[in-house]
Amino acid sequence: MHKKDLSLLVLILVVGAVVAFINPRFLLVGNLSNTANQVGLFGIFSIAEAFVIIVGGIELSVGSVIALLGVLFIDLIVNRDVNWIAAFGIIIGGGLAIGLVHGTLVTKMRIQPFVVTLCGLLIYRGAARYYTEDATAGFGFGASFPTLEWLTAGRTNVLGFPLPHSVVALIIVTAVAWVVLHRSVFGRYLYAVGKNEEAARYSGIRANRVVISAYVVCGGLTAFSAILLAMYTRSISPAVHGSFYELYAIAAAVLGGCSLRGGEGSIIGVVLGTVLLQVLQNLVNLLGIPSSLNFAVMGTVILVGVLADQYLMQRSRRATMAKGRPQANVAAAPLERANAK
Amino acid sequence: MPEPFLELVDIGKIYPGVVALDHVDLSVSRGEVIALIGENGAGKSTLMRVLGGVAEPSVGAIRVDGVERRSLTVADAIKAGIAFVHQELNLFDNLDVAGNVYIGREPVHGGPLKLIDRKRLYAQVRPLLDRLGADFGPDALLAELSLAQRQLVEIIKALSLDARLVIMDEPTSSLTLTETDRLMRVIAGLKADGVSVIFITHRLNEVMQCADRAVVLRDGRMVGALPRAELSPAAMIRLMIGRDLKSLYVPPAAPPGEAMLDIVEAMTDTYPNRAVSLSVRRGEILGLAGLVGSGRTELARAIFGVDRLRGGAIRLDAQPIRIDTPRAAIEHGIYLIPEDRKSSGLLLDVSIAENISLPDLASYLRFWLVNTARETENAQRQRERLKIRAPDVATSVDSLSGGNQQKVVLAKWLSMRPKVLIFDEPTRGVDVGAKQEIYDMLRRLTDAGVAILMISSDMEEVIGVSDRIAVMHEGAISGFLDRSQFSEHNVLQLAVGHTV
Repeated sequence: MHKKDLSLLVLILVVGAVVAFINPRFLLVGNLSNTANQVGLFGIFSIAEAFVIIVGGIELSVGSVIALLGVLFIDLIVNRDVNWIAAFGIIIGGGLAIGLVHGTLVTKMRIQPFVVTLCGLLIYRGAARYYTEDATAGFGFGASFPTLEWLTAGRTNVLGFPLPHSVVALIIVTAVAWVVLHRSVFGRYLYAVGKNEEAARYSGIRANRVVISAYVVCGGLTAFSAILLAMYTRSISPAVHGSFYELYAIAAAVLGGCSLRGGEGSIIGVVLGTVLLQVLQNLVNLLGIPSSLNFAVMGTVILVGVLADQYLMQRSRRATMAKGRPQANVAAAPLERANAK
Repeated sequence: MPEPFLELVDIGKIYPGVVALDHVDLSVSRGEVIALIGENGAGKSTLMRVLGGVAEPSVGAIRVDGVERRSLTVADAIKAGIAFVHQELNLFDNLDVAGNVYIGREPVHGGPLKLIDRKRLYAQVRPLLDRLGADFGPDALLAELSLAQRQLVEIIKALSLDARLVIMDEPTSSLTLTETDRLMRVIAGLKADGVSVIFITHRLNEVMQCADRAVVLRDGRMVGALPRAELSPAAMIRLMIGRDLKSLYVPPAAPPGEAMLDIVEAMTDTYPNRAVSLSVRRGEILGLAGLVGSGRTELARAIFGVDRLRGGAIRLDAQPIRIDTPRAAIEHGIYLIPEDRKSSGLLLDVSIAENISLPDLASYLRFWLVNTARETENAQRQRERLKIRAPDVATSVDSLSGGNQQKVVLAKWLSMRPKVLIFDEPTRGVDVGAKQEIYDMLRRLTDAGVAILMISSDMEEVIGVSDRIAVMHEGAISGFLDRSQFSEHNVLQLAVGHTV
C-alpha cells in the first residue's frame, strides 16, 4: 500500500471515529451496510474514471451515461421482454462503444477530452430524457426478475453482516483493476502514456491505442455500474438520475492520489477516496447537518485534503533537498542549463 | 568610424562547470553591421543574451553612451535602444501586424475604458512598413504571414521602439534565397538609417555580402575580428577552428561490413525538396555532422517512424522495409536515442528498472503479468554493464545526473537486440567521465556488429568517435569524409555548404 493510501485510510478512520463518537448510530449494522452499498455503487464508476485520468484524460459524461444506459436497460427487460442476460450484454456493449467513440475523438481527431466528454454529458442526458419522454422509467407492478435483483441489489449475510452484492462487485472489479493497472503490461502503458506520451511513443508504445483502450474500459465499467444503479433505485427519472456522478468519480480519483495531469494514482486510493466521500455523506445525514450543505462539506474536505497533501509533499521535498541529493546531480544540472539555451 | 555607443568590456559568463564567455570585448558604432560567427556552442547566443539583458554577465562591464554598468536588465536594454529578433519569433499568432508591433503600448482613446485607438495604431505602423518595403498591411493577421514576413514584423517592432541596435539570431536559417536577399536589403536600409545590426549566422556568404565586420567566437573567447577589407570565407573558417582536438578514436576490431541501413532519397517535411541518401555499414559509427537546423534530427525522427517520410526508401540488410511508427522501427531492430532525453527518452519520476523495460515489456511476462523480479534483475545487469551510478534500480531517474540518465536511455535499447542505433547528440549535458564510458560502449556495440548513426554537433566528438562522417547542409548531404580526410576544417566547410 502506498503511503498516500495509508494516510487516506487513517483519515477515513478518524472521520469515522468522530462520527461514531457523536452519533453512535453510525455503527449500526443497517447504516454500515447501506453506506457500504453506496461505496459499492460509486466505487465502480470511480475506478472507471481513474483509468481515463491516469492516461491523462478526463471523462465528464459518466453521470449521463449512467442515466441513458440505466433507462435503456430497464426498457429492454421490462417493456421489450429481452432476456436480462442479453440486456446485460447489450448495455455493457453500449458502454464500450461510447468509450470507443470518446477515445477515438480524443486521439484521432485531437479534440480535448474535456470537450469531447462535456458534449457526451449533454448528448446522453438529452437522449435519456427524450427516450422516456422525460417520464420516470421503472418496474411496473408484477414485473419481477428475482435472480437479477438478487444478484445486483441483494445482500448476503456474512458473519451477521448483510453484505450488499454491489460491494462484492466492487471487490471483484477492484481486484481485477488492481492487477491490470499495477501488474500488467497494459497498466504500465497507461501510466507511461499518462506521464509522458512522447517518451512512451519513442519507446514503441502505440499511445493512441492505449488512450482509446482507457476510454473503452471506462465506458464498460460505467455501463456495469449503470445496471447496478438502475436495479438499486428501481426507478429512473432521466433528468436527475446520476447527475453529478462524474464529479464524485473525479473527486474520488483525486483523493486517491490521481493527478489530473495523468500518470499517477492507485486503485486502492480510488476505492478509499470513494469510501471517504460516502462516509462524509453519511456524516451529513447523521450529524443533523442540513442536507443542502452536503456538497459544501465534501468540497471543503477535498480541498483541505489536497492542501494538506501539497504541504506535506513540499515539506518532504525540502527535507530531501537539505539532506543533499547525489553530488553528480548538482554538478550536472547547470551544464544542462547552459546547453538548454 | 564614429564613436561606439555601446561597448562590452571584458565580459565573462560562467555557468557552474562551464565557461560560456571568457573575456569578450565588443563595441558597436552607429550604423555598423556586425556578423557574429562561430561553431555550435561557441558562445554567440550567450553573448547576445547578455546584450539583450536576458543573461547577467559574471564579470565585466557594459558601457552604454559612456555610462558604465555591471549588467543590463531587459528594460535597460530596451531603453538603450537594443532590440532582439529572436530565432523563435516572439509574436502573437492571433493578433494583426499592428497589434503585435504595439503590444503592451497600444494607443488608446481617452475615457475610463481605455479602448484601443485602431486608427492611430495603424497610422503609426504604416510608415514603418513602408520604410522596410513590406508587402503586407498593418491589419494583416500574423497567422497568415510567412516566416520571413513575421521576421519583418519583429524588426518593425524594434524600430517602433526607436532601436539603435537590432540583434538577429540566425535570421536567415529558415528563409528561402529570395527572402534572404530581401532581408539583406533591409539590413542595408537599417545601416543607411544609422541603425546598427548584429547578426549571428552560419552562412559565410551573407557575412561577405553585408557585414562591416565579422567577430569570431570560439569556446567562449573572441578569437578575432575581421574588418570588411579582410573578409574572406577562408579567413573566417581559419579563425573558427584551430583548436587541438584530443584524439579519442578507438578503431573498430574488424573493418566494417556491408551496408546495414540504407537511406535512399529520403525526404522530410522540414526540407521537402531535399533528399538524403546515406548508408551505415555493419560495425561502423557513421557520424552525422552539420549545423543546428540542417535537418539531421528530422532525418532521425523519420527513420525511426516518429514522423512520416515524404519520399524515399529505407532498406535494412538490403531488404526494403516500411516504417510508419516507432513500433515498426523497433521491431526491425532500429532504435533511436533522442536528442532531448527528458521529453522523449525517459519517464522522469519513474524508476530506472521501469524505464529500461518499457520498450520491451512483452518479454518480461509471466502469466500475462510483468515479472518484476526479472525486470529488476535485467536492470541490475544493465546498470553494471553501463556503470549507471545510482543506489539501486528502484531509484527514480530524475534524481540522476545527465550522464547517468543518458545511460538509462541507452540501457533501454541494449536489453533488446539492436541492429541499428541512431544516437542523437549522445553526450549533450553529459559530464566528461560518463562521456568516455558512452563512447566505449558505442565501440563495443559496433564490434558486436551493430551499425551506429551518431548525430552530433560537438566537433571533438564527431571527429574523435566516428569511423566515417556524413555532413548535412540545409536538408541534404553535402559530403562524406573518410578518416584520412577528417579535420575540423573539412567538416565545417561541408557544414556551411562549401565543398572540400
